[in-house]
Amino acid sequence: MNSSQRLDATFAALADPTRRAILARLASGEASVSELAKPFAMTQPAISKHLKVLERAGLISQWRNAQCRPRRLEAKPLAAATDWLENYRRFWEEQFQRLDTLLDEMKAKEKKRARKKR
Amino acid sequence: MKNTGTLKVNTPTDREIVMTRVFDAPRRMVFDAFSKPELLKRWFGPWGWCLVVCDVDLRVGGGFRFVMRGPDGREMGMRGVYREIVAPERSVHMESFDDYPGESQVTAVFAEQRGKTTLTATVLYPSKEVRDAVIKSGMEHGAAESYDKLAELLASPEAGSTEKASG
Repeated sequence: MNSSQRLDATFAALADPTRRAILARLASGEASVSELAKPFAMTQPAISKHLKVLERAGLISQWRNAQCRPRRLEAKPLAAATDWLENYRRFWEEQFQRLDTLLDEMKAKEKKRARKKR
Repeated sequence: MKNTGTLKVNTPTDREIVMTRVFDAPRRMVFDAFSKPELLKRWFGPWGWCLVVCDVDLRVGGGFRFVMRGPDGREMGMRGVYREIVAPERSVHMESFDDYPGESQVTAVFAEQRGKTTLTATVLYPSKEVRDAVIKSGMEHGAAESYDKLAELLASPEAGSTEKASG
């Protein structure tokens, strides 16, 4: 996978509330599939499907040697997704700050005009 | 610099980007700033780029045409068609870049409260590929340039040692 495909996989994986909740749970420590399934009204196979999506996106990993195969969070792809969004955010924020200045100018002009009318 | 509200960016799905930003001005002014060429020229575009062509035909079925020119003389064009206009509260338009295939749909909602305007802009891309292509070129280019400019302004050796984005 190249970096663009990796980002796709990350965002696709994040575009689901159940998967986001699973990540939030794993943020506080590793957990087994049954532990992860507990808070949801879902069968274990359904949860396993979500785990597979998260694993393919590299967002989680499983420890295969342990009997309960606990899952844990992988931080790197999430950080890459955040960087990407941060770039996008800065790109627009920079333009919007210029717009702030323009709007201030427009307001000042309007005030002046209103004063003249009186 | 006065910064009334910082921009929030969310990705509810892998084809959408939602931006939310508060402006300290009534929405008729913000709406004008998004639709009048003489105002758009003052703020729109990546750092160091200027709008050399800015034509707007603000009516449903009407369109706009922007050409931006960068500091190195490179040009970047985009065009769009208005689908819905409820001035000054809401507009929907389709937009596309000359250099990339695919059109995205942009829905802008301007909500006013006590003289301040909250803009919510939702960009729906036709596919993940188009979204990535658009963001990779213009956006990253613009961001990189504004970092360069910042480093230049700070003019300290530490300012230039920021980490380079990988990938």
